[in-house]
Amino acid sequence: MANGNTLLDARDVTIRFGGLTAVSHFNLAIQPHELVGLIGPNGAGKTTVFNMLTGVYKPTEGEIFVGGVSTHEFKPYQITALGVARTFQNIRLFKELSVLDNVKIGGHIHYKYSTSAAVLKTNRFHDAEELADREAMELLQIFGLEARAGYYAKNLPYGDQRRLEIARALSARPKLLLLDEPAAGLNDRETRDLMQTIHDIRDRFNIAILVIEHNMELVMGICERIIVLSFGKTIAQGSAAEVRANPVVIEAYLGEPAEAAGL
Amino acid sequence: MQEILQNLLNGIAVGAIYALIALGYTMVYGILKLINFAHGDVFMLGAFVGFYAGGFAGRHLQTHGGPLGWVYAGLVMLVAMVVCGLFGFLNERIAYRPLRSAPRIASLITAIGVSFLLEYGGQFVFGADPKFFPTLVEKHLISFGGVTTTNYQMIVLVVAVIFMGLLQYIIYGTKFGRAMRAVSFNFETASLMGIPTDRIISMTFIIGSMLAAVAGILYGLSYPKIDPLMGIMPGLKAFIAAVLGGIGNVPGAVIGGLIIGIIESFVGGSHFSNYRDAIAFIILIAILLFRPSGLFGKYQAEKV
Repeated sequence: MANGNTLLDARDVTIRFGGLTAVSHFNLAIQPHELVGLIGPNGAGKTTVFNMLTGVYKPTEGEIFVGGVSTHEFKPYQITALGVARTFQNIRLFKELSVLDNVKIGGHIHYKYSTSAAVLKTNRFHDAEELADREAMELLQIFGLEARAGYYAKNLPYGDQRRLEIARALSARPKLLLLDEPAAGLNDRETRDLMQTIHDIRDRFNIAILVIEHNMELVMGICERIIVLSFGKTIAQGSAAEVRANPVVIEAYLGEPAEAAGL
Repeated sequence: MQEILQNLLNGIAVGAIYALIALGYTMVYGILKLINFAHGDVFMLGAFVGFYAGGFAGRHLQTHGGPLGWVYAGLVMLVAMVVCGLFGFLNERIAYRPLRSAPRIASLITAIGVSFLLEYGGQFVFGADPKFFPTLVEKHLISFGGVTTTNYQMIVLVVAVIFMGLLQYIIYGTKFGRAMRAVSFNFETASLMGIPTDRIISMTFIIGSMLAAVAGILYGLSYPKIDPLMGIMPGLKAFIAAVLGGIGNVPGAVIGGLIIGIIESFVGGSHFSNYRDAIAFIILIAILLFRPSGLFGKYQAEKV
């Protein structure tokens, strides 16, 4: 499946915490512009996968490549520089910073000037800061947050905080965006808007997106390919229809009839 | 009235020096949650670099004797800042970075070790006997409204205000400062947003140590007897100033420094002048008892 263009290639990745194997023999290749879903019951290891992809955890075995480069020795910010940005299951904004600053921080590596240039207020500093402001405002506009650029992030309503996290991640100019339960806590209408937004940003920024989500309507509705994890193992993958029809998947949501699980 | 003004002025001048040192404590704590106990000794190092650089300039660059003058004084300060900045960088790189994922107590003990290294290494290299800081600029008295001051106190105030303003600008007006605030809110999230956390931490140590060097020069100018253990007491008081202001809070460190300086100056001018050095510790005990988060800090449950 992996070819020269493959954005992300996780090969036979396993991670153990003490005696617990949180994820075992996980394989995933993502091509540019793909929209992939990662689902599974609670505790299946989905967020652990994200943490390995972004360098928070190092896999015990196996290797992860981003754009053909092994990330094994990389720190999280180096992986971000390779083009992987993410959001968090529990919102992790810089709460005491302004909405605008949150977005500008995402673009940190793209605006180049030295601190001495800033102290001397050179043109380079002014140009870079202006560009950062402009690009951050453009992103905020996409998410309808431009009027609240000056607010502290902590003062935004919940749904806006979720959107701001996506804007901040996009400001790192990723090639692959990882969304960790972006619809958690959103109502139905917000969730439908979010589905549209995810679709739009994929095309607008020409990025691939990997999304963890419990909301099956969202996952089934937008993902071209779905991977199902259960107890750290990949139990199924394929299109929405294939996954939905897979008896192993239905069994993984054991105790719940398929409909209750949203399948 | 005049006595009050006089004490206030003296207090502000010494408080400004505490504040410059306190900024280094508070910045490092804000970003790493580490109390860098070696910081007071970096201040001492700054004074000694100033001593040698000033002596060198006096011997080789200016032959007519007497005070060095503004340009050389500025150069001496610059040299001290560069040397201390480099020391701060190496200190973090060698002593703290390898312990970053170890329990925090490990870095704390290492910091105390670095502190001892500087204090007793300093006695070994510089000699244990006090030295007299060179006269960088000519001293003269200024009197107004019955209050007497020196141009030195004015220099201390002006230089301290310049550097505090510069720091404020860097933290709130530049991308480095933005990144630094992000790292201090959440180290891991900042790293995941692409912020090169190692470089930000190095820069924080460099800037903090440079401010300590400035404080060392200003201290040497005001109290020209320097020795390798001179960093202990001002270092502790600056640490208390940082705690008083709310450790991790940058404006808090400045205000804490000024408060400690002013209280100390008033106690020094009263019947209780023997307790001048004790007062800072009494303040520390009071803060820890009644407001552990300091004046401007927010209470946060310790994350273990």
